[in-house]
Amino acid sequence: MTRALETIGAWLLAILWILPLAYAFWTAFHPPEFSTRFELFAPLTLQNFVNAWNAAPFARYFVNTVMLVALILGVQLVLVTLAAYAFARYEFRGRDVMFALVLVQLMIMPDVLIVENYRTMAALDLTDTITAIGLPYMASAFGIFLLRQTFKTIPRELDEAARVEGAGSLRVLWEVYVPLSRPVYIAYALVSVSYHWNNFLWPLIVTNSVGSRPLTVGLQVFSSTDQGIDWSIITAATLLTSGPLLVAFLLFQRQFVQSFMRAGIR
Amino acid sequence: MNRASAQVQIHGWLLLLPAAALLALFTHYPALATLWHSLHSTPKGVRPAVWVGLDNYRGLVEDPVFWQVLGNNLWFAAGTIPASIALALLMAVWVNGKISGRGFLRLAYFTPTVLPMIAVANIWLFFYTPTYGLLEQFTVGLLGLPSHNWLGTKSTVLSCLIVVTIWKEAGFFMIFYLAALQAIPPSLGEAAAIEGAGRWYCFRRVTFPLLMPTTLFVLVNAVINSFRLVDHIVVMTRGGPDNASSLLLYYIYDVGFKFWDSAYASTLTMVLLAILGTAAILQFAFLERRIHYR
Repeated sequence: MTRALETIGAWLLAILWILPLAYAFWTAFHPPEFSTRFELFAPLTLQNFVNAWNAAPFARYFVNTVMLVALILGVQLVLVTLAAYAFARYEFRGRDVMFALVLVQLMIMPDVLIVENYRTMAALDLTDTITAIGLPYMASAFGIFLLRQTFKTIPRELDEAARVEGAGSLRVLWEVYVPLSRPVYIAYALVSVSYHWNNFLWPLIVTNSVGSRPLTVGLQVFSSTDQGIDWSIITAATLLTSGPLLVAFLLFQRQFVQSFMRAGIR
Repeated sequence: MNRASAQVQIHGWLLLLPAAALLALFTHYPALATLWHSLHSTPKGVRPAVWVGLDNYRGLVEDPVFWQVLGNNLWFAAGTIPASIALALLMAVWVNGKISGRGFLRLAYFTPTVLPMIAVANIWLFFYTPTYGLLEQFTVGLLGLPSHNWLGTKSTVLSCLIVVTIWKEAGFFMIFYLAALQAIPPSLGEAAAIEGAGRWYCFRRVTFPLLMPTTLFVLVNAVINSFRLVDHIVVMTRGGPDNASSLLLYYIYDVGFKFWDSAYASTLTMVLLAILGTAAILQFAFLERRIHYR
C-alpha cells in the first residue's frame, strides 16, 4: 500500500519536475498562436528556431562558447595534471601550505571575485576577449584535488618499474599516471564543460561584443532587448542554446550521472 | 642537502608553478586586493583613490539596501537549502529502490541540472508571466483565483526565485545521495528487517546516520550556491521590485558594474568573503569529525 503511494508520489514529482521543460518544448515547436493554448493536434513547426537563429548571431555565439569551453578544458587538464602530480608524489618543502592555499579556491570561487578580477583584466588589457572569460578558472582547485586523490591510489611499484626502465618524471606521468586515471579525467571534463557552457555572470561582465560573447550572454542580450515578448522565439532560442548539452546528456546519461557522482565523492 | 633531494624540491615546485601562479593572480591576489580597495575611495575622473579607513564600512552599516539584500539572501538560503536537500534525499531513496519507471524518474529529476541557469530562468519567467503564463492559466483559468503578478509583487517575488532554485538544485544533490546510498551494503537493511524494523525506522536509525557525511557535503555546497548563483535574478527580476529579490552578489554586481562604485563593491565583497570563509571553517571542523567517525 505505502509502496503504491510512493510510486504515485515519485511520478507526480517527476511530472512536476518535467513540466516547465515540457512547456518550453511545446511553445518552441508550435506557432505563436498556440504558445499558451493547448490543443493536442496543434501544428508542429520549426519556424521559431529559424526566426531565432536569424534574429541574432547565434552561430558566432556557438563558436565562441565552443572555443571558450575547449580553451578552458585544455589548459585546465595540463595545469591540473602537473600540480596534482607534484602534490601526490613529490615531497617538496612547503607542500602542505601550498595545498591549503589551493583549497582556498573551493570556497572563494572566481564567481564572487568579479570586481577585482575585472580590474585585473582591464589592467592586462584583456577585457572583451575569450581569454579573459577563461583565465580565472584555468587553475582549478577542484581538479587538482580530484586528481591528487586519484594519483595517490596508483601503486608506487608501477611508478618505480617505469623509472627502472629509464623513464623520466614527465614520461612516468604521461605513461603511467594519466592512462590509469582516465575515468577521472572523463568525469572532470564533463563537469568542467557543463559548468563553463552554462556560466553566465562573469562572461556577462567581462564581454561586450558579439565577437567574444558566449551563448549564455548572447541569449540574455537577445531575449532582453531584441524581442519584446515573443515567447515562441525566446523559448526556441533558449532550447537552442542548451540543446547540445541536453542532447549530449540524453545520449550519455549514464556517463554524466556517474561523472557527477565521481566528482562529488571525496 | 644531497643532489637527489634538491632535484625533488625543484621538480615539485616547477610542476606546481603554472597552476600556483594563476591561482595567486585570480584567487589570492583579488581576495587581498578586495580588502585593500575597501579601505580606499573610488577613483573618479582625475581624482585618484585615497585612503579612507573604515568609511566604506560605516557607509555599509548605514546602507538600508545592504541590510535588505543581506536579509533577502538569508531568507533565500533558508528557503532553498533545507527544501532542496530534503527533496534530493527523497528522490535518491525513490530512484535507488525498485520503482516502476526508474529510468524516466532519474531523467526527470536530473535534467534541470544540465540546463544553464539562464535558460532555466527564461523558461520560468514565461511560466510566471501574468495572464499568459502556465501558472496564471492554472490559478486563474482553472481555479478561478484573481490574477496575480508573481514576479512583480514584493511579497511573492523571492518565493518564486526560491522555487526555481530548488527545481534546479534538487536533482544535482540527488546524485550525491544516490552515490552514497549505493555504497551502503544492502545487508544492513536486511538485518534491520529481520529484527522486525519498519522501513521508516530503518531509514531513520540506519540509513540516515550513514548518509551524514553526504548531507554535510551537500549542505556546504548548497550554502555556497545560495551566495554564488544570481544568474536567474539578472534574467527574471533584476533585483526588483524595490530590491525585494536582490541578493548580495547581485547587489555587488549592481554597485560595481552599473554605478561603477568599485570601492563600495569591494566593501560588499568583503562581507561575502567573510560569509564564505565562515562556511569554510565550519566545513573544516566537521570534516575533522567525519574522519574520526570512520
